[in-house]
Amino acid sequence: MTNSQLTPGVVPGRLPTAAYDQNFADHTPPLDRHEATVAADRCYFCYDAPCVTACPTSIDIPLFIRQISTGTPDAAARTIFAQNILGGMCARVCPTETLCEEVCVREVAEGKPVEIGRLQRFATDGLMAKGIHPFRRAAATGRTVAVVGAGPAGLACAHRLAMHGHDVVIYDARSKPGGLNEFGIASYKATDDFAQAEVNWLLQIGGIRIEQGRALGRDMALADMQASHDAVFLGIGLAGVNALRVAGEDKHGVRDAVDFIAELRQARDVSALPIGRDVVVIGGGMTAVDAAVQSRLLGAETVTIVYRRGQDRMSASGYEQDHATKAGVRIVTNAAPVQVLGNGAVTDVEFAYTVDGPSGLTLGAERFRLKADQVFKAIGQTLSGAPEGLAVEGGKIAVMGAGRTSVPGIWAGGDCATGGDDLTVTAVAQGRDAAEDIHFVLSGDGQIAHPTGV
Amino acid sequence: MADLTSTFIGIKSPNPFWLASAPPTDKEYNVRRAFQAGWGGVVWKTLGSEGPPIVNVNGPRYGAVWGADRRLLGLNNIELITDRPLEVNLREIKSVKRDYPDRAMIISLMVPCDEESWKAILAQIEDTGADGVELNFGCPHGMAERGMGSAVGQVPEYIEMVTRWVKQYSRMPCIVKLTPNVTSILPPAQAAHRGGADAVSLINTVKSITNVDLDHFSPFPMIDGKGSHGGYCGPAVKPIALNMVAEIARDRETRGLPISGIGGVTTWRDAAEFMALGAGNVQVCTAAMTYGFKIVQEMISGLSQYLDEKEMALSDLIGRAVPNFVEWQDLNLNYVTKARIDPDSCISCGRCYAACEDTSHQAIAMKPGRVFEVMDDECVACNLCVNVCPVEDCITMVQLPKGAVDPRTSVPVGDYASWTTHPNNPGAKVAAE
Ligand SMILES: Cc1cc2nc3c(=O)[nH]c(=O)nc-3n(C[C@H](O)[C@H](O)[C@H](O)COP(=O)(O)OP(=O)(O)OC[C@H]3O[C@@H](n4cnc5c(N)ncnc54)[C@H](O)[C@@H]3O)c2cc1C
Ligand SMILES: Cc1cc2nc3c(=O)[nH]c(=O)nc-3n(C[C@H](O)[C@H](O)[C@H](O)COP(=O)(O)O)c2cc1C
Ligand code: SF4
Ligand code: SF4
Ligand code: SF4
Repeated sequence: MTNSQLTPGVVPGRLPTAAYDQNFADHTPPLDRHEATVAADRCYFCYDAPCVTACPTSIDIPLFIRQISTGTPDAAARTIFAQNILGGMCARVCPTETLCEEVCVREVAEGKPVEIGRLQRFATDGLMAKGIHPFRRAAATGRTVAVVGAGPAGLACAHRLAMHGHDVVIYDARSKPGGLNEFGIASYKATDDFAQAEVNWLLQIGGIRIEQGRALGRDMALADMQASHDAVFLGIGLAGVNALRVAGEDKHGVRDAVDFIAELRQARDVSALPIGRDVVVIGGGMTAVDAAVQSRLLGAETVTIVYRRGQDRMSASGYEQDHATKAGVRIVTNAAPVQVLGNGAVTDVEFAYTVDGPSGLTLGAERFRLKADQVFKAIGQTLSGAPEGLAVEGGKIAVMGAGRTSVPGIWAGGDCATGGDDLTVTAVAQGRDAAEDIHFVLSGDGQIAHPTGV
Repeated sequence: MADLTSTFIGIKSPNPFWLASAPPTDKEYNVRRAFQAGWGGVVWKTLGSEGPPIVNVNGPRYGAVWGADRRLLGLNNIELITDRPLEVNLREIKSVKRDYPDRAMIISLMVPCDEESWKAILAQIEDTGADGVELNFGCPHGMAERGMGSAVGQVPEYIEMVTRWVKQYSRMPCIVKLTPNVTSILPPAQAAHRGGADAVSLINTVKSITNVDLDHFSPFPMIDGKGSHGGYCGPAVKPIALNMVAEIARDRETRGLPISGIGGVTTWRDAAEFMALGAGNVQVCTAAMTYGFKIVQEMISGLSQYLDEKEMALSDLIGRAVPNFVEWQDLNLNYVTKARIDPDSCISCGRCYAACEDTSHQAIAMKPGRVFEVMDDECVACNLCVNVCPVEDCITMVQLPKGAVDPRTSVPVGDYASWTTHPNNPGAKVAAE
């Protein structure tokens, strides 16, 4: 290997081979049985527990933890999966520090919550490792539902519909199912091809067929789908990205963070991935943090996140910001890019300090430049490919109640729909709830009455 | 540092912490380590008659009950008395006592229930230099089937008879160790007293099955698919032991009879509690078996600090709580308290609510924002919420002052009055006009 962290440009193999294995290993290793018992012991089995309220899928946390502590982790897993069929992935990727663990009474009391996420992983991993699928399909209803998008929202919706006996076809534009579980989540959160293993495990319910490489809008029209199915669920996520809109954005070395991450997730050998020596990431969310941290793990010498507002406004949690700083990422706030410099390939990015005033964000006079041979844009994903005719609100498909869109017979959930944070667990909750609503409607007289005014 | 020197039935030891007759005191090696660690005395593992020693099982002899974080709360054993030859034990006792003259050395004995056997064993231990004997009438398993241990301890006449023989054939101070496997501890204690015992020690272990192996359907510890009841000890038995000690301490017949308190003593605080309820010293087994001999250092420092803070001598502590151990009927029914939740320490877990609402008196309100409040007009002061709250001192019981009206009963708090004079009591004594 000839490259090092100091090699200029965008090159692969900056680190010794062993370092890659270490860097991309399981970020939070699973608890063993003893550790799980000790961790489970800390739960107070709260009444009307705040952690359950904070969980978007309302997993009965005190119950599953008690089931672990009494030596029945498989029963714990069933409790979890009953509410959240992607409980395995959620155990790995949920920002628990801003959900259940943030409100755990022991976090409030001692600053050390019950390790709900890790306990959830302990339980779900155990049952999944046995290959057991804990649910059985109800008798076939003869109804068919089209689910568009095989991300968390679509998968959760499809599973719940299949459980109720409906036949489900999932149409997904990509080559593999899983959505951002497969193409977005940081590598070290979902190691060992977990996303695919989870999809295969979930499909054991039966009654679900997935058609990959089928894009709504490109390969098929919504009207045809409606004609051939009793209901349609849209879980298409946010396939577009925001542009920087500054001079030089098209220079070589400037790209969307989500593409970089998707490539990283699909790489068989991460040491072969080229990465810059000086990397600049623009944005303040989970995507920015993941792109920055993984750039460091690939061997970039300097990585800087630049966010246009104050640190408290970053949508990445404090825990994730710490995670980034620990990985050696510098976080610069209150600065926005004004131009990308370079002759063909990027060499520097020029920023202006910003002022967050009463009239909104304005650029101050002071400028500075950061050396960069690679720039990742992580300033937000956008709805793209949403079918015509659906009401859109604030850049998302407008929904009411359990995911009903403005068009009868069409539901939507997950990142593409209004309501809730853009999180895996929220997508699962919305997919599941939409499925229940679809089931409710299909079990009635088949007439789908939609609220007007969406 | 308070002086912890203890004199129990004339036997001096540098502190009141003795090791109970059990595996920690089974041989010279252990006892030397115990003395090096600072234990004040030992009761040597029970000796039997001369001849082929008894045998123990060769599979597991302990079962256990655990609390959070696998903290051992109760230990159960099916071990018998010493399985080493008598002469070896006697030689070792003599050797240790010679090197540690300041420590108490008691020999525990269990031989068949006939005069000759007792006479013989007493003669054999004569020149060991030991300070006293303890008669093991307590062991509930194995030996009891052979007419010894608790088989004797459950029959007051036998206790009295054997104690008399021991006092007749030996000049050594004699402690009678009692079994808790009886409906009342008083008859055995009174019998020991009548027989001339210098002291009683209690409790020995409680007959028990700790758990059942749900794959093999056998009680545990399991020996080849079968289990026998064992003897339970450790923190779980402390409440039982405390009550028995206190009953002997306050009983008209046995009052003043020295007591060596045993059963779940794990910390200095446990020891202090036993002593406050009348024990002259304490004996420890399970705590040493769980944590090793070093715990005695904490017991010594803790008890000294406590005595210093209270400005008490060790002898002031002994029996100090006995006068306050009364019958239920003498408790003051005009002592009215109400639970109080300290909102600053409350962590909103809701356990008090679940407990009171589901199983008690519906006296806790759950208000918006997970604020929990006691409703005085419903609270009967049962204390359950205090016991289930995970935060110490978060819920306290506050006494209503005299004259205040109890919002639950609408009755003003009056002077001391007990059941003995209560109007609902058909046998109440009419209060003097
Ligand atoms: C880099 C990154 C890191 C993240 N990290 C976390 C994290 O750690 N924890 C967390 O909780 N959340 C995280 N998120 C957010 C989380 O991944 C999403 O909220 C979640 O995946 C949304 O699920 P979804 O099913 O709505 O959409 P997606 O997961 O985006 O799935 C949408 C699916 O629809 C398909 N699709 C799109 N358009 C069409 C079409 N026209 N026709 C057919 N199929 C289509 C796509 O191929 C895809 O499979 C992260 C997001 C990103 C981008
Ligand atoms: C393994 C084991 C063996 C014991 N053997 C004896 C014994 O031989 N003689 C005896 O008098 N008590 C024996 N005991 C009882 C203890 O001396 C003591 O009375 C009892 O364990 C309660 O005290 P603790 O709670 O501190 O353990 C034994 C206890 C255990 C755990
Ligand atoms: S809030 Fe914490 S302690 Fe209470 S039930 Fe949830 S995990 Fe357990
Ligand atoms: S003391 Fe008893 S009755 Fe009163 S609030 Fe507590 S649990 Fe309820
Ligand atoms: S049990 Fe204690 S901490 Fe929990 S809600 Fe009640 S008072 Fe608060």
